[in-house]
Amino acid sequence: MNVQLEQKIAFSILFLCTLLVVVPVLIILVIIFVKGASALSLNFLFEMPTSGMTAGGIFPAILGTLYLVLGAILFAVPLGVLSAIYLVEYSRDNALSRIVKLAIVNLAGVPSVVYGLFGLGIFVLFLGFGASILSGSLTLGIMILPVIITSSREALESVPQSFRIVSLSLGASKWQTIRHSVLPHALPGILTGTILGLGRAAGETAPILFTVAAFYLPKLPQSVFDQTMALPYHLYVISTQVPGIPENVRYGTALVLLMLVLILNLAAIILRYQFRKRKKW
Amino acid sequence: MVETKMTKISIQDLTIHFGNVTALKNLNLDIYSNEIFTIIGPANSGKSSLLQSLNRLNDLNAAYRKSGKIVMDGKDIDDLDVESLRKRVSIVFALPFPLPLSIFDNIAYGPRMHGIKNKTKLIKIVEKGLREAYLWDEVKDRLHTPAMNLSGGQQQRLCIARILAVEPEVIMFDEPTSGLDPISTARVEETMRVLKERYTIILVTNNVAQAARVGDRTAFLLMGELVELDETKQLFTSARDKRTDDYITGKFG
Amino acid sequence: MSIVIVALIFAFLLKEGLSIFWRVPISDFLFARNWYPISDPPQFGILPLIIGSILVTAGAGIISIPIGIASALFIAEIAPRKTKEVLKAGIELLAAIPSVVIGFIGMVTLGPFIKEIFNLSTGLTALSGSITLAFMAMPTIVSIAEDAITAVPRQYREAAIAMGATKWQTTWRIVAYAARPGMVAAVMLGIGRVIGETMAVMMVTGNAALIPHSILQPVRTLTATIAAEMGETVQGGEHYAALFAIGIVLFIITFLINGIADIYLHKAKK
Repeated sequence: MNVQLEQKIAFSILFLCTLLVVVPVLIILVIIFVKGASALSLNFLFEMPTSGMTAGGIFPAILGTLYLVLGAILFAVPLGVLSAIYLVEYSRDNALSRIVKLAIVNLAGVPSVVYGLFGLGIFVLFLGFGASILSGSLTLGIMILPVIITSSREALESVPQSFRIVSLSLGASKWQTIRHSVLPHALPGILTGTILGLGRAAGETAPILFTVAAFYLPKLPQSVFDQTMALPYHLYVISTQVPGIPENVRYGTALVLLMLVLILNLAAIILRYQFRKRKKW
Repeated sequence: MVETKMTKISIQDLTIHFGNVTALKNLNLDIYSNEIFTIIGPANSGKSSLLQSLNRLNDLNAAYRKSGKIVMDGKDIDDLDVESLRKRVSIVFALPFPLPLSIFDNIAYGPRMHGIKNKTKLIKIVEKGLREAYLWDEVKDRLHTPAMNLSGGQQQRLCIARILAVEPEVIMFDEPTSGLDPISTARVEETMRVLKERYTIILVTNNVAQAARVGDRTAFLLMGELVELDETKQLFTSARDKRTDDYITGKFG
Repeated sequence: MSIVIVALIFAFLLKEGLSIFWRVPISDFLFARNWYPISDPPQFGILPLIIGSILVTAGAGIISIPIGIASALFIAEIAPRKTKEVLKAGIELLAAIPSVVIGFIGMVTLGPFIKEIFNLSTGLTALSGSITLAFMAMPTIVSIAEDAITAVPRQYREAAIAMGATKWQTTWRIVAYAARPGMVAAVMLGIGRVIGETMAVMMVTGNAALIPHSILQPVRTLTATIAAEMGETVQGGEHYAALFAIGIVLFIITFLINGIADIYLHKAKK
């Protein structure tokens, strides 16, 4: 058989496969945008749900998701960045640090529903926080910890060794060196990882199923020990558990959630792109 | 004329290992105040390892082992706290490593780390450092532009100014001109000659001619051992050891 | 800290889940055919759930692996630079879509479609689950395989081209061959994602805890069982413990899969 023809056929097949991945994504996005757009309005975004969630807005779910994500970040970012600093700057390459790295890889692979079980076991029951924003935030925080540690580590490792040596040789202490000569240059990378973690936390449902989410709670949470509604869980509930919800409310909820997550991810991609372009070393 | 020679650094029986590799063997020598002490020798003869022991940068390397003593002004450097040691014994590397900051911030970095916050004081320190490194006239109008934009020779002088700003006592140069053109090299050498009036200077170089030009005394290291140490003139005109003679006349290395 | 968390997770799963084995022997738990947790007496055999998970995962693998690898080859070797950037960003966005949104779309579009085609009473079957999950595995497979392919040294390609091979022959015989360890890792991680996936699978597979006889029947997976039933259990009760025990099983499975993937990733780096 003609090799040129063979190549043409093979390339076409590969191209078709790629289309098979990309086109459905576009279709999904278009469907959600077209069908959800009609539900979007200020009332939908900023009002309480009424008449058994068949009407009104989804404000408590949006607010709940924001609270949860904020809580998760407050917990996970300091812890994640400090772990990464320890791994890159302080630990030597020995058995312990290898085990830590393996643990992080595995932490990243644990199914989200198992995080949910864990959150239920430790935060809700063992520590007695109950089903609350606190429990949910901590569970989500632990879930995104590997994302933040991994991206922070990469960011720190990409800072040239010479910056550290120069700073140390000028008599700066180790911590001053990290604080003034390493962290500032790793910051964009850490920020990118944080935003990706945010996006993941905002979209996850399984970890909050048993730790925080309320079925239908038409009031706003008053403290971190309250339950709250959350966007992804809300979408799950109104599309499987409650019959008779108008279609555009479902699509509208999906659209709001999708927008939130995609905007976060887009921000991360753009930030990373800018950072790479600007990098001087 | 007899000069009074004060011993600044005394190296006693220093042996250095990196893992299984021996970098220096039983080294004994004294470095005097206000001299340019030059160390020559082929690659891997232990020159840079010696420098990095003097300000304990080698401590960062997990495989580093040391025996023997390094004494500065009568005190074992292992008894000093490492930050103040590195402030007193500073180093200029082969390649200029400007931090990705402005010229001003590069030079102010050291003083800031040592707690100087006062703006007018910092401005004074920066100007003084730049003047002493003969860079002031070239950069005085663009102190707040990135240091990365300077030429190679300017960057190396920036690194010298950055060190002067922390007011060291000893300045070590680790092949400081290996990446520079002849004109920049001449300027750096000139700077060294001036600096020796107030500082003790240790120069490691691959360039034998450079040692002959600027060194007061010269040590020849080979495979981690001190072969010969003498007044530079003496060493270059009538070396006592054949290996020294072979090296400086270019028969090997 | 991370070790502590991994250990804590496992410890809590064990603490809450092990008590089930006082009543049900491990072999019965894993291999008995009936999962009737709320009948009297309750039966806790997770075999139907395991089969459900395997079936859905295998289906998703069959769909996503060839397509994913092919796309990775296209993106890494054939696509022009600009197209490549756009495609990569698109795939990253696909990875970012929350699973409930994918589940929702699968439920409202794919379900009715499959019901229509095969003339079934419900469109929420193992097949719908496989197709939906294939889309969730794809971004993982494509991006990691693409990295592996890009990492193949230039010299291999140049040598092959210099010997007169066409670009396709080079891509297929040399580059794809050299990138094999990375591709294996990509596939493992993709499968890991599918097995652990919960929400989408719960929404589209129909949730019947029976051993299925074809992929056109509803099934229920390990993950979906936990998510769906935990809300109704009594804390500390048998059912509750059984669900945690499922969590242990899942944890071990994903631990193994990720371990294997990690080994291959290290191979690929060398």
